[in-house]
Amino acid sequence: MASSDWPLWEVFVRSRAGLNHKHCGSLHAPDAEMAIQNARDVYTRRGEGVSIWVVKSSEITAADPDDKDQLYDPADTKVYRHPTFYTVPDEVDHL
Amino acid sequence: MNQDQHVDYLLRLGDNALILGHRLSEWCGHAPILEEDIALTNVALDLIGQARMLLTQAGAVEGKGRDEDALAFGRDVLDWRNVLLVEQPNGDFADTIARQFLFDIWNHQVFSTLLGSTDAELAAIAAKAVKEIAYHKRHSSEWLIRLGDGTEESRARMIRALDVHWGFVEELFTPDAVDQAAFEAGIGPDLAALRPEWDAAVAAVLDEAGLERPEVGWAVHGGKTDGHHSEHLGFILAELQFMQRAYPGLAW
Repeated sequence: MASSDWPLWEVFVRSRAGLNHKHCGSLHAPDAEMAIQNARDVYTRRGEGVSIWVVKSSEITAADPDDKDQLYDPADTKVYRHPTFYTVPDEVDHL
Repeated sequence: MNQDQHVDYLLRLGDNALILGHRLSEWCGHAPILEEDIALTNVALDLIGQARMLLTQAGAVEGKGRDEDALAFGRDVLDWRNVLLVEQPNGDFADTIARQFLFDIWNHQVFSTLLGSTDAELAAIAAKAVKEIAYHKRHSSEWLIRLGDGTEESRARMIRALDVHWGFVEELFTPDAVDQAAFEAGIGPDLAALRPEWDAAVAAVLDEAGLERPEVGWAVHGGKTDGHHSEHLGFILAELQFMQRAYPGLAW
C-alpha cells in the first residue's frame, strides 16, 4: 500500500485538562493507532497537548455550503436566544 | 570501578545515543511520508539530547576539561564506544526499523535500570530519557508489526532486515570488564541478566507481526570494548566532525 493510499485522519488535541479537544489539522496514516502516533509527532511535539483524538476524515459528514441560507441565516434575527440577559459570575470560565 | 571505567561506561551510553541519533537524522527530508519524516527526526533529536547529557557527564567524571563538544567532535574512530548495531547504515525503511527495534527494546531495559543508578547524575538523565525511549520502542514495534504483517514485499523486506541486524544483538548482552565493574558499583545493569526479558519482549512483537525469530549463525563484538568498529563509523564521523575539525572552536 502506497502512502498515497493511506486514509486521511482529522486530529483533535486537548491542550490542558478541563478544556475541549480542538481540531488542529489532519494527517495520513494506515490505521488509527499509527494516526495517534503521527499526531503525537506532528502536532504535540512542542508540548501542545495532553490528549489526542483522531477521526477518519471520511467519517465526518459536513453540511453543504449551499444550504447556508436556510441553515444559518434564520438565526441572525433571534437576539433573544443569546444568554446576554443573565449576569454570569466571574468564577465561571469557558462559558 | 575505577575512574577510567566510569568514564568509559558513560561514553558507551552517550556514543550509542549520538551515533544512532545521527543515523536517524540522515532520514530528515527522505522518509517515506511527511509524518514519518517528523517522527524519525523527533527520535533523532531525543537521542542527540540524551547524548549531550551523557557526554557532558562523561567529561565531568573524567575531569580533564573535555565538554560534550570535545568528546563528540574530537575523538577518532578507535575511541568511540558505541555498539556496532547503531552504526549500521539506514538501508531501506525495514532496515532502519529492524535496527531501531532491536536497540529500543534493549535500551529501554538499560535505562529503566539506570533510574536506580548510584551515579546520581546518570539516574537523573535516565529519568528524562526513559520516557522518550518508551515511545521509541512503541514507534519501532508498531512499524515492525505492520511491515511484518503487511504486504508480501514489506514482509520479505522485514525478514531480510532482521536477518541482517540480528548478529549485532550479542554485543548488547555480552558484558566485558567495564560492564561488570559498572554493575558491581551499582551504576549499570547486569547485562546478561537482561536477555530473557528482551527475548520475551521481542518474541511477543515478532509473534504479532507473524514473523519467526531469525536463525543467524554469526555474531560480532568489539565496538564498545575495543573501538573495533565497522567501516561505517568512519564515514559517520567524517560528516559529524568535519566542521569542528576544519574550523576548531567554530561557533554560531
